[in-house]
Amino acid sequence: MFTNTIWPETPSLDSFWIVVTQGYWYLEYFWEQFGNSLYIGVATVFFTLFIGSLASFAIGRMRVRYGWVLSNAALLTYVIPASFIAIPFYRIMSIYGLSNNLWAVIAAEVTFATPYAIFIFQQYAVSIPIELDEAARIDGASPFQVYTRIYLPLMAPALVAVGTYALLLAWNEYLYQFLLLSSKQTMTVPVALAQFLNSDEAPWNYMMATAIIYALPPVAIYYVFRGRMTAGLTMGGVKG
Amino acid sequence: MAFVAYPVAFGAWLGSSPHLYEELFEDPIYQRTVVNTILYVGIGVNLKMFGALLLSGFFMRRSWWTPGLLLVFVLPWAMPALPSFISIHWMLNGQWGLINNFLWNVFDFDGPGWIETSRGLSLGSVIWSHIWKWMPFWTVILLAGRMAIPTELYEAAEVDGATGVRRFAHVTFPLLANLYLVCTLLSTIFTLGDFNSVFFVSGGGPALSTHVLATLGIRNAFDVARPDLGVAAVLTALPLMIPLVLILMRKLRTTEVAL
Repeated sequence: MFTNTIWPETPSLDSFWIVVTQGYWYLEYFWEQFGNSLYIGVATVFFTLFIGSLASFAIGRMRVRYGWVLSNAALLTYVIPASFIAIPFYRIMSIYGLSNNLWAVIAAEVTFATPYAIFIFQQYAVSIPIELDEAARIDGASPFQVYTRIYLPLMAPALVAVGTYALLLAWNEYLYQFLLLSSKQTMTVPVALAQFLNSDEAPWNYMMATAIIYALPPVAIYYVFRGRMTAGLTMGGVKG
Repeated sequence: MAFVAYPVAFGAWLGSSPHLYEELFEDPIYQRTVVNTILYVGIGVNLKMFGALLLSGFFMRRSWWTPGLLLVFVLPWAMPALPSFISIHWMLNGQWGLINNFLWNVFDFDGPGWIETSRGLSLGSVIWSHIWKWMPFWTVILLAGRMAIPTELYEAAEVDGATGVRRFAHVTFPLLANLYLVCTLLSTIFTLGDFNSVFFVSGGGPALSTHVLATLGIRNAFDVARPDLGVAAVLTALPLMIPLVLILMRKLRTTEVAL
């Protein structure tokens, strides 16, 4: 079986073209799957930032009672590996009738990104002087106005760091997307990629072309937000 | 939060029957899996963290090419896990994989079936892939930790005559020790739950000999259609997990991990 070549003799970009034009039967829904990945990523970022910032605001700024229970619970869930609760999560989602639904995946990704978000937001919010809130409150601002006008704008760097983290987490995650999505129209790019492995003919050239197209956005995002990301990452470490 | 608490409780209920554990402990696949998990986590985490510690020291050097090298070095981590592990899987193929092709062409040597025949080689490949993927990340974290050490301390140490290894032992390491410990614990837990590197590099093969608890749980639940057995397999990691989690929670809460 040895082909006696390590470098291909005639390198070409044909495979990329096949992938982009969905010209192979494994790839007939490539752009739809790409869109699914994107949709899950964007929704995960939105809900993670929304829930995470509100929770950290409530714990850190409004000083709700038993807030420390919530922040400890967030820490605890941060250190539980996602793959360990995949089985019950899958069962619950099928009981709810949410299997093969993108929202089930979004719920899962938000669940795993939010604890980290709360953790980072809380640490970052310590650097924002609480006197600002008090001044706003004296001027007649409601807690909600303090949140939207003072808290969120000042948290912008942390929001960017956590948002990037959540986007990459949702884009790169495989296990939950594999378990929860089964049909070709709803599955995401990583699940479709892994499907190639199950086929007998193993079209490695198309698979690798798909993999590279899939890997480009996160790499680009990483290098664009690198400064912000490392600032956020050193605060907590990223879930693997 | 409810999305974690409920699955945990539901999982505990699924795996609550003692008979399951009798069945599990008698299973030779499970026994091998436990050994694999210990080897994978023990070797993987320690090599990775020690390498990251050394490399973060290397990247502290101020020359014009280290920042560029760092950019290349973090690429495995910036890449999604799946394409990299699938590529490694392909490279390790015994018949037409890149590595064996290379060995054949350059050294005229018929390479082993990395992930097809030998359990040791297969597990080694998995551990190596895991380290390759995750070491850059921890290097960046430890590098940030080293950067946070004020240079005055080094200058003071130099005046006192501490250089080289002694500078590391008496200045750098005591200040990094806590961060190193937190990172190691975090990394242990993440490695314990790491599904992708095992599932895609070796797929648990050859002959189900390189599964770890995370992949065995999924296999029991979905390939063998015994979710209760899968949950039970995963739950046996708890005796190791709980002390780690408790120490880690205390560390994360009391010490500012923010550097």
